[in-house]
Amino acid sequence: MSIETVLSIKPVLAVLVSLLAIPGIISSRSQNIREAWTFAAAGIKLLLVVSMLPIILDGKTINYTLVQVFPDVGISFRVDALGMLFALVASSLWIVTSLYSVGYMRSLDEHSQTRYFAFFAVAISATIGVAFSANLLTLYLFYEILSLATYPLVTHHQDKEARSSGRKYLLYILGGSVGLALPAMMITYHFTGTLDFAPHGVMAGHVNSGLALLLSMMFLFGFAKVGIMPMHSWLPAAMVAPTPVSALLHAVAVVKVGAFSVVRVMTGIIGTGVLADFNINGIICAIASITIVVASLIALSQDELKRRLAFSTIGQLSYIILGVALLSKSGMTGGILHIAMHAFGKITLFFCAGAIFCATGIKYISKMKGIGRRMPITMTAFLIGSLSVIGFPPCGGFISKWHLVLGTIESGRLIFLVVLLLSSFLNAAYFFPVFYNAFFCSADEVLFEDRVEEAPLWCVVPLVITASLSILLFFYPQPFLNLASLAVQTIMGI
Amino acid sequence: MTFFDGDSSLISNLPAIVVTLPLFASLIAGFLGWKNRKAPYPIAAVALFLTFISSVVLMIQVMSTGVAIEYRMAGWAAPVGIVYVIDHLSALVILLITSIAFVNFIANKSNIDTVFRNKAGAFNSLYLLFTAGLLGMTATGDAFNLYVLMEIASLSGYALIGLGSNRAPLSTLNYLFLGTIGATFYLLGVGYIYIATGSLNMADIASIMPKILDSSMILFAFIICMVGLLIKMAIFPLHGWLPNAYSESANVAAGLIAPLTTKVTIYIMIRICLTLFTPQYTFDYLNTSDLMVWLAIGTIIFGSLSALAQKDYKRMLTYIIIAEVGYMVGGFFLGNRIGVSGAILHIVNDAAMTLALFMAAGIFMWKTGEESQESLKGMFAKMPFTMAGFTVAALSVVGVPPTCGFFSKWYLISGGIAAGQYFFVAALIFSSLVNAILFFRIFEIAHFEPFKDHHHHSSNHSNKGEEASAHDTHEQTIKEAPLGMLIPFMAVSILLVVLGLYSGQIVNNIINFAIPSSIL
Amino acid sequence: MDIVSLIAAKANYWTYVILLMVGLYAMVAKNNLVKKIVGMVIFQTAVILFYVSIGYKKGGTLPIIMHGHDHGHGVDSFIKAADYINPLPHVLMLTAIVVGVATLGVALALAIKVYQEYGTLEEDEIRKQIELKG
Repeated sequence: MSIETVLSIKPVLAVLVSLLAIPGIISSRSQNIREAWTFAAAGIKLLLVVSMLPIILDGKTINYTLVQVFPDVGISFRVDALGMLFALVASSLWIVTSLYSVGYMRSLDEHSQTRYFAFFAVAISATIGVAFSANLLTLYLFYEILSLATYPLVTHHQDKEARSSGRKYLLYILGGSVGLALPAMMITYHFTGTLDFAPHGVMAGHVNSGLALLLSMMFLFGFAKVGIMPMHSWLPAAMVAPTPVSALLHAVAVVKVGAFSVVRVMTGIIGTGVLADFNINGIICAIASITIVVASLIALSQDELKRRLAFSTIGQLSYIILGVALLSKSGMTGGILHIAMHAFGKITLFFCAGAIFCATGIKYISKMKGIGRRMPITMTAFLIGSLSVIGFPPCGGFISKWHLVLGTIESGRLIFLVVLLLSSFLNAAYFFPVFYNAFFCSADEVLFEDRVEEAPLWCVVPLVITASLSILLFFYPQPFLNLASLAVQTIMGI
Repeated sequence: MTFFDGDSSLISNLPAIVVTLPLFASLIAGFLGWKNRKAPYPIAAVALFLTFISSVVLMIQVMSTGVAIEYRMAGWAAPVGIVYVIDHLSALVILLITSIAFVNFIANKSNIDTVFRNKAGAFNSLYLLFTAGLLGMTATGDAFNLYVLMEIASLSGYALIGLGSNRAPLSTLNYLFLGTIGATFYLLGVGYIYIATGSLNMADIASIMPKILDSSMILFAFIICMVGLLIKMAIFPLHGWLPNAYSESANVAAGLIAPLTTKVTIYIMIRICLTLFTPQYTFDYLNTSDLMVWLAIGTIIFGSLSALAQKDYKRMLTYIIIAEVGYMVGGFFLGNRIGVSGAILHIVNDAAMTLALFMAAGIFMWKTGEESQESLKGMFAKMPFTMAGFTVAALSVVGVPPTCGFFSKWYLISGGIAAGQYFFVAALIFSSLVNAILFFRIFEIAHFEPFKDHHHHSSNHSNKGEEASAHDTHEQTIKEAPLGMLIPFMAVSILLVVLGLYSGQIVNNIINFAIPSSIL
Repeated sequence: MDIVSLIAAKANYWTYVILLMVGLYAMVAKNNLVKKIVGMVIFQTAVILFYVSIGYKKGGTLPIIMHGHDHGHGVDSFIKAADYINPLPHVLMLTAIVVGVATLGVALALAIKVYQEYGTLEEDEIRKQIELKG
């Protein structure tokens, strides 16, 4: 199957547009002008991404090489179905999160908002860069930029807790990428002479089983943003960040960049053939399953809402890895689709956590008894978000989980079906008490007065939007589903 | 390109002009400085600028014709006369020297005016003389001439460093002792080469080399030259002189000497090994790779660990310089094309990075009057642009793409993998991680801890009252360095990224031609 | 050839090596800065002597060619390189001596600076003072 390619600078522009807004953000005299820059950049970015969508759905790819840095390796961009799916998720959620950021940061009167919005823009640029990378070097470049750009966001509060969390964050993220992923990339280059993502990988015929396994593990743990245990503990620590950061970066951009990178490397570099031949995919599935179950169990015991969500994220990320590593058509579709579906669900949950904090200053679940009476809209959105993450119809999450379940059956590894079902049960177990306590706790336990007082409008609107999108995606999953199946077609050559 | 083919005397004399221009300007600046304090600076600035332009023209000339320019001093042909050879390698290093000397000079105008107010003539003269010495070392094709120019550069370097803090003279004296031992060893080695070959011209000696590969005289000459150069480039365990000398010198001097001295010495080592002793002798016959790479590994590990122990910002930088020497020496002695490319590329990149870091040191010093890392509290809020530039430079040292440090490190690591020197690869990665710790420690201080007004010396270039009100962590007013310092610094930090993105072009169009085709 | 004549035949080399070692020893081991500087000068001089000695040839004379202007008659047939000592190393050493003097000058200037700062040239005393100052 030959893939038609189109030469266009659009992917570069899509990456750069938010960077170009930074001088505007920094130099703005008033808050409103500054935010206008952010929205303008976000809007243009989404338009650019969407304008490329028809070409990709047509089965073509868009290529652009910026500069050649090594023999046969350059800073190059390539838009294909997988990258498009991720870019679409990230750029559309950026707008929503920007809305939310404005509400959240202003209502809490946070300091250094200019710095916040500037680094936010860098982070989103890097995310799109990762999505549109044509080779591992470019991906690594944007991956590192993202790690560094999110550091000031994670440590926004500049206090002792932020400092130690920041350290942990860098230790895992930078240590993993420099210590494991970078050497793995160089060894790959040494043996294969290329770093381009090919539909069936580039390692076949160049490596033996031991080396392939070693490299796979180095990539899997080196891209620590994916939070595979034991490289996960930066994520709960990073929850010290302001909630919009947690929402976009730790439910969507950063962690999904990790998952996306691992998926890219597994399919585009190592290749499904090599994974299957040396039975590496079984090992990856096992590692992912352990993470799924253990993270869900830990989530049960967390009282701080954001930490519970963080452990939930760790588990959900491994769904993506598990799905792709199953190497069956449905499994892969489900895994890739989960990038999108989980994003919409989880961001809603984070928005809710932030809205609760904004309106009441409460962080702990045990203190949220009866909060449904105070903030009915937020808590309803919370219910929708959790249903989506658990995988309940009528929410988007159901679609990806359904494919994942089918995938386990197709691949004949039923043990992983058990893992998925167990995990869904655990998901329900750690989400429902929150919701239940919010609405249905007995009257004497209620900690709130009986009057409706939601968070500021800027906070509530975004979470309503993402919650509605989560439901909408159940009925209209086409853009993402089509992209995912297109990506799977390319990878599996069907 | 008829412009270059023509017999224009100015253009054809460029190889000599690029060295003699700063040399004569140095004399003029020195003499005028006696009468008029203000005169030397503009003269030196113009001379450095013209030298820089000449080196650009030379680079273009070499790249467009693709052949080395051989300039005969006073018209005497080699091997009798002294020749200056501008090939891809020397043109690159000459361009590096002139641009760093120029940028550092321009950026530090206010520093020079205040610190060397009464020594304007001496300082400007020495600055130019040092530059001329380095340029001559790079350009010359004569082994003995190299010694003389090396000593010109060294002596003016000692004097420049000696002008620093109160402790500087003692450190400089120790530097002078070791530097003299190094240079004299080199001279001794040249003597043995002369006995064995009867020639001092590098190319001439190289043509004789294949016949005398097994001469013990040549072996001795090789060893003693290398030991001399290794002392001069401060490789572990011969590094003792460097940290004190560099950290106690004035910032302007350090900004010139620190990026260039070790790097040019490494260039000399490469030049001697490739052009004089020939790669055949260095790599195949002697098989020096293992020993030298282990020496490099030792240097990298030692430099990195020592840097961790430093509390003072400039001292930390000096140990990073030592570790980086290990990068380049190790990369070169990998003996394969990728490794040697990486070493040469890293000469350029590391010089640029070191320049940026020392310029930052100058700005911090100007701001706080201190050199401890603790003095950088609250800097991100206070000087966001300076800190942005500093961050880029630091990330380049760590080796984060797209800064240039990443790309040369890539070549070095690839070379290490190709040569099977896995310990070298591990040392490079270890050093990257240590560098990350070093700089993030500073970032943490600058990011998390509130700015403190700490002007110990009563400097007249900052306003105390204005800053005293800015104690609150979150409501700090931005107070940047003056534009004269800030703009060159920002330009250099942007250059670090540009160099990185164009490293492929640099390697393809320049470095590839600089490495003999016998190295695969 | 017995050992004595072996040494005697290479007397110039032995001399320079011994001087080199003396100089190096003084630079490394002496406590007084001026003594170190003296060691450095001895060290450099050793190499200068080495160069001068390698230009010398047994039975050679000054390298001045008496009938140099007698061209056209095949000057080469009259002149044998072996009859003249090699002038080049000597010329080189003129430069090296200048370098050495310059180095000495800088070193002494620095030593004066050190003396002005610490009031002594003994390294251990200086080190003590530095430690006291912290």
